[in-house]
Amino acid sequence: MPHPIEAVMRDKLTAYFIPLHLEITDDSHHHAGHSGAKAGGGTHYTVKLISAQFRGLSRIKRHQAVHNVLAEELKAQVHALVLHLDEPS
Amino acid sequence: MQTLSSSVHDTIDSLVKSNDVVLFMKGTADFPQCGFSAAVCNVLEHLDVTFKDVNVLESDAMRQGIKDYSNWPTIPQLYVKGEFIGGCDIIKEMFQSGELQELFDKK
Repeated sequence: MPHPIEAVMRDKLTAYFIPLHLEITDDSHHHAGHSGAKAGGGTHYTVKLISAQFRGLSRIKRHQAVHNVLAEELKAQVHALVLHLDEPS
Repeated sequence: MQTLSSSVHDTIDSLVKSNDVVLFMKGTADFPQCGFSAAVCNVLEHLDVTFKDVNVLESDAMRQGIKDYSNWPTIPQLYVKGEFIGGCDIIKEMFQSGELQELFDKK
């Protein structure tokens, strides 16, 4: 069972970025026992996202756009977020 | 920034302005305490770049302060010549594309 926060993130990213591709992977189990890890997971994620909205944005701006959309989750419990953000080729 | 206590802000400001390359990380360059921080150290060491390591785990004020200073929610964070370059994903991407080497050659 995926952690419920995964669906929340998927909904927000889909609504905001209208992605051509969106892949969210829960890496929490790799970090069990590490600081920031919580029982039940939902703390460490990788997001691969392809969106036309990244056109013309620097790497930092792309990341910040995702950080802003997921600000609540990052504040609450998402401790690590690996981002692969591309524009359509 | 108003939400940031001026002393931490000033400390960070002085660190990034008085060192060419600064890595805010969890642990130290010799003993990183997080895989993402370790990955960036490895890249910098591979490129033979001398850098100042700042262990954010030593101070809660610094740990939060650097996030506010950079408007970036995660650690590690790399600064080169006072400019925020990015976190672990960006550094790895720039290393793989050769941009990071170019950046250090230029600066």
